[in-house]
Amino acid sequence: MSISFSEAKRKEVNDIIARYPDGKQKGALIPILHVAQEENGGWLDIPTMDYVANLLNILPIEVYEVATFYTMFNMKPVGKYVFEVCRTGPCMLNGSDDIIQYIKDKLSITEGETTPDGLFTLKPAECLGACGYAPMMQLGKFYKEHLTKEKVDQIIEDCRKNAGVNN
Amino acid sequence: MSDTPKFKVTIDNITVEVPAGTTILNAARLIGGDVTPPAMCYYSKLENSGGKCRTCLVEVSKGSEKDPRPMPKLVASCRTTVMDGMEVKNITSERVIDARKGVVEFLLINHPLDCPVCDQAGECDLQDLSYEHGSEQSRLDFPKRTFEPEDIGPNIQLHMNRCIMCYRCVFTAEQLTQRREHGVLERGWDSQISTYLNKALDNEFIGNIIDVCPVGALTDKTFRFKQRVWFTKPMDAHRDCPTCSGKVRLWFRGEEVFRVTGRKDKWGEVEEFICNTCRFDKKRASDWVIEGPTKVNRHSVISQNHYRGAVEAQKELIREIIGKEPKMLLDIHTVSDVNRPEIHLSEIHGPSHSNDFLPNQKLEGQRKLEVGKK
Amino acid sequence: MKLLLENAHIEGIRNYDIYRKHGGYRAVEKALKLTPDEVVEEVKKSGLRGRGGAGFPTGMKWSFLAKPEGVPRHLVCNADESEPGTFKDRYLMEFLPHLLIEGLIVSSYALGSNLTFIYIRGEYAWIVDILEQAIAEAKNNGWLGKNILGTGFDCEIYVQRGAGAYICGEETALIESLEGKRGNPRIKPPFPAVQGLWMRPTVVNNVETIAAVVPIINLSGEEYAKIGVGRSTGTKLISACGNINKPGIYEITMTESVEEFIYSDEYCGGIPKGKRLKACIPGGSSVPIVPTNLLFKTAKGETRYMNYESLSDGGFATGTMMGSGGFIVFDEDQCIVRHTWTLARFYAHESCGQCSPCREGTGWMYRILKNLEHGKGKMSDIDLLWDVQRKIEGNTICPLGDAAAWPVAAAIRHFRDEFEWHVTHADEAQKRNFGLAHYADPRPVPAS
Repeated sequence: MSISFSEAKRKEVNDIIARYPDGKQKGALIPILHVAQEENGGWLDIPTMDYVANLLNILPIEVYEVATFYTMFNMKPVGKYVFEVCRTGPCMLNGSDDIIQYIKDKLSITEGETTPDGLFTLKPAECLGACGYAPMMQLGKFYKEHLTKEKVDQIIEDCRKNAGVNN
Repeated sequence: MSDTPKFKVTIDNITVEVPAGTTILNAARLIGGDVTPPAMCYYSKLENSGGKCRTCLVEVSKGSEKDPRPMPKLVASCRTTVMDGMEVKNITSERVIDARKGVVEFLLINHPLDCPVCDQAGECDLQDLSYEHGSEQSRLDFPKRTFEPEDIGPNIQLHMNRCIMCYRCVFTAEQLTQRREHGVLERGWDSQISTYLNKALDNEFIGNIIDVCPVGALTDKTFRFKQRVWFTKPMDAHRDCPTCSGKVRLWFRGEEVFRVTGRKDKWGEVEEFICNTCRFDKKRASDWVIEGPTKVNRHSVISQNHYRGAVEAQKELIREIIGKEPKMLLDIHTVSDVNRPEIHLSEIHGPSHSNDFLPNQKLEGQRKLEVGKK
Repeated sequence: MKLLLENAHIEGIRNYDIYRKHGGYRAVEKALKLTPDEVVEEVKKSGLRGRGGAGFPTGMKWSFLAKPEGVPRHLVCNADESEPGTFKDRYLMEFLPHLLIEGLIVSSYALGSNLTFIYIRGEYAWIVDILEQAIAEAKNNGWLGKNILGTGFDCEIYVQRGAGAYICGEETALIESLEGKRGNPRIKPPFPAVQGLWMRPTVVNNVETIAAVVPIINLSGEEYAKIGVGRSTGTKLISACGNINKPGIYEITMTESVEEFIYSDEYCGGIPKGKRLKACIPGGSSVPIVPTNLLFKTAKGETRYMNYESLSDGGFATGTMMGSGGFIVFDEDQCIVRHTWTLARFYAHESCGQCSPCREGTGWMYRILKNLEHGKGKMSDIDLLWDVQRKIEGNTICPLGDAAAWPVAAAIRHFRDEFEWHVTHADEAQKRNFGLAHYADPRPVPAS
């Protein structure tokens, strides 16, 4: 499967590359990987990474090295909604352990797993910089903060609604 | 270059003069002996190497003549350049010895310690380092880290569990080959050398990653499990190679060439990188012009008791520095009698043969040759 | 007194017009009438210290910047805020994006950076939009781009997203990441001031540091230096979290006592549910944890204040550090071993893996602590843990090794009995907390 960005995405990518001085276009790698991951359904496969390498005129291994280094890049397929629940100290003090357990029980998955319907993935996360609003999780582009079991229920329900799935 | 100012640096009470820009490690190598810090990741022929393994940490007790303040932290001697009047403590510093012991322990906690089945055994820098600085017992209570095996082709064997992440092979691929196809993936505890694609590495000159690897993580697959290195006899040889210098070391047992490598100097670094053809495809003695047995390699058990007249460690020097006897490396014969300790490789005329190592085999007179004494 | 957050609560302050109406971009107007060196001089006079954690004097850092002829220089704003307990930069960027942009224009001018980057942690995705909006507004109003205010000074600011790596908060790792590489810290020297981004002279400053340049220019360095105490000049943002009634961002003048900060209604508002205070990490997860008996008063018995000097009084034996201002409060129900374990897991997760003491040591500490927390530890593990942290500290390429070692060291130093209790009472330890013991909050239980 070979991938290719749409016209609009090509423009977005070229704008990013244009920020960098001549010959330093490799700097655009991480921003472009974000775009590529979004285009590829939330994860990076080899053809996608090779495509990015080609865009920036760098070696594929340079892309693999970077993609595997940063935790936001998923190297395996993930669900439509990825719950990244913070579990580091300050969140732990405010009950993140209970929230994680609740999500596990509710969705019958454990850390790193995706529900069979492909909707939800639980990805353990380390400090996301929202310690004062703990417990919290990242969902897509936004943070869901001051989590309670009720809020988690609501989030899951909203996700299901948005995905057009009723169960 | 003659304009480069000379700096005086004192390492373990011995003063040398070196051109400005020289690193502490290279200054120490000029002195030699135990004054030289061990280096697992630095490789003088690879740009940007060094600084990572932290075995070469030293204490700078005086920054320079101009600014005599000591450096608060231990510094990586391979990446710190000398200043005029700098004073450095290596084996005379308790802090250094303690930190180095720690680093060696860190390097070993996840290392499989599978020396008995490792082709690198006998010429492994980590083995040497552990004998010198390691503890007898691991304090790690957990299963060691393991990686899924990855096949990187017919010539090179990758054994990631043994890797110490020195990055030398990455620099080698980047600086010597046309196209780097392997690198460091993942991060932290899980960092690993990989191609990500299970790809065969076949770029010209890629074979050099075997020689630069300080441990048994990258070994010559064409030599795999064929011989223990201490049974083979190294001979320097050359051929007219269109790709590289063609200056190599052949590892014989009997008349058979088991392995071809670059020629390593006394710091375990190859003098010149060689091409894949020389390394993997020229395995007949007749492919080569043989120059003669290799001089001693201090990094190898091959040198232990095998070579007569080899350069001994600078005992006098060491006594002068710390007033004590140097620590002996483990002699393989104290734990194994597979090899006959009374036979010295240098006494065997020409390539060694398995018969030479049979127990109670008397050497034939005409096979004796005093090459070791030259 | 508020310098940074003065206008934070004004409706629509994110918007350029409203920000401008409330005195925004005055600092740019003022600074661009000075020479770049004069701006650097003001910052020097202000005594401003880096707000990212290390507390290095900003003016001095700026004056180290090499200025070779014909080589571009860069300013990079470190917005990779990832230290557990620290979330102040996020607040600044989210609510006062123009304050940061204004500070960046002034600082870029002072340093001669025509291409300036904000490196923001990848998770703050929505803040990227806010900042880019602010940059576009600033540019439309002539504060960015070519020939700013007719001075001939050109400047572009771009926001670059990271992708999840605490280590990219280390300035050389950040630079590597900005170059599109793995976030492996560089071996220093050379320092970024000489060879930074693309081997060009570079200054990397924290968001709050850059924002503080605005009031410094507006007030003058001298006036700014009058605020605060001793070498802790100006105001500092503290992000308070953990077990307190009012978690959030507070701007302090560094003259408040720690006790006042925790208990007064102006700040944290005390501990919820009338519980008592057990311990506190005042400067982000990397700094030593201190039990209550050393928190309110120093070992000498003097009141401890919320500033660089007072918090570090007593060194690591009895003191701690101001760090990045991530203030984490523990009530009596919290388990120190469990908390230390989560921090060790964090550092092991965030180690880049380049140097051996950190790669192996952080993972090792995490595993030992996991065993201790889960009732599988041995008494000898505590000494082993101490020895491992000791062998990491100071021996790594970058400060992440130290940052991983210090919290473990401090936890053992002050709460050793709690670690031992986890060994002797393995079953109980998983269910409940050890308690307050001798480091208990001396204050009476407040009426709830």
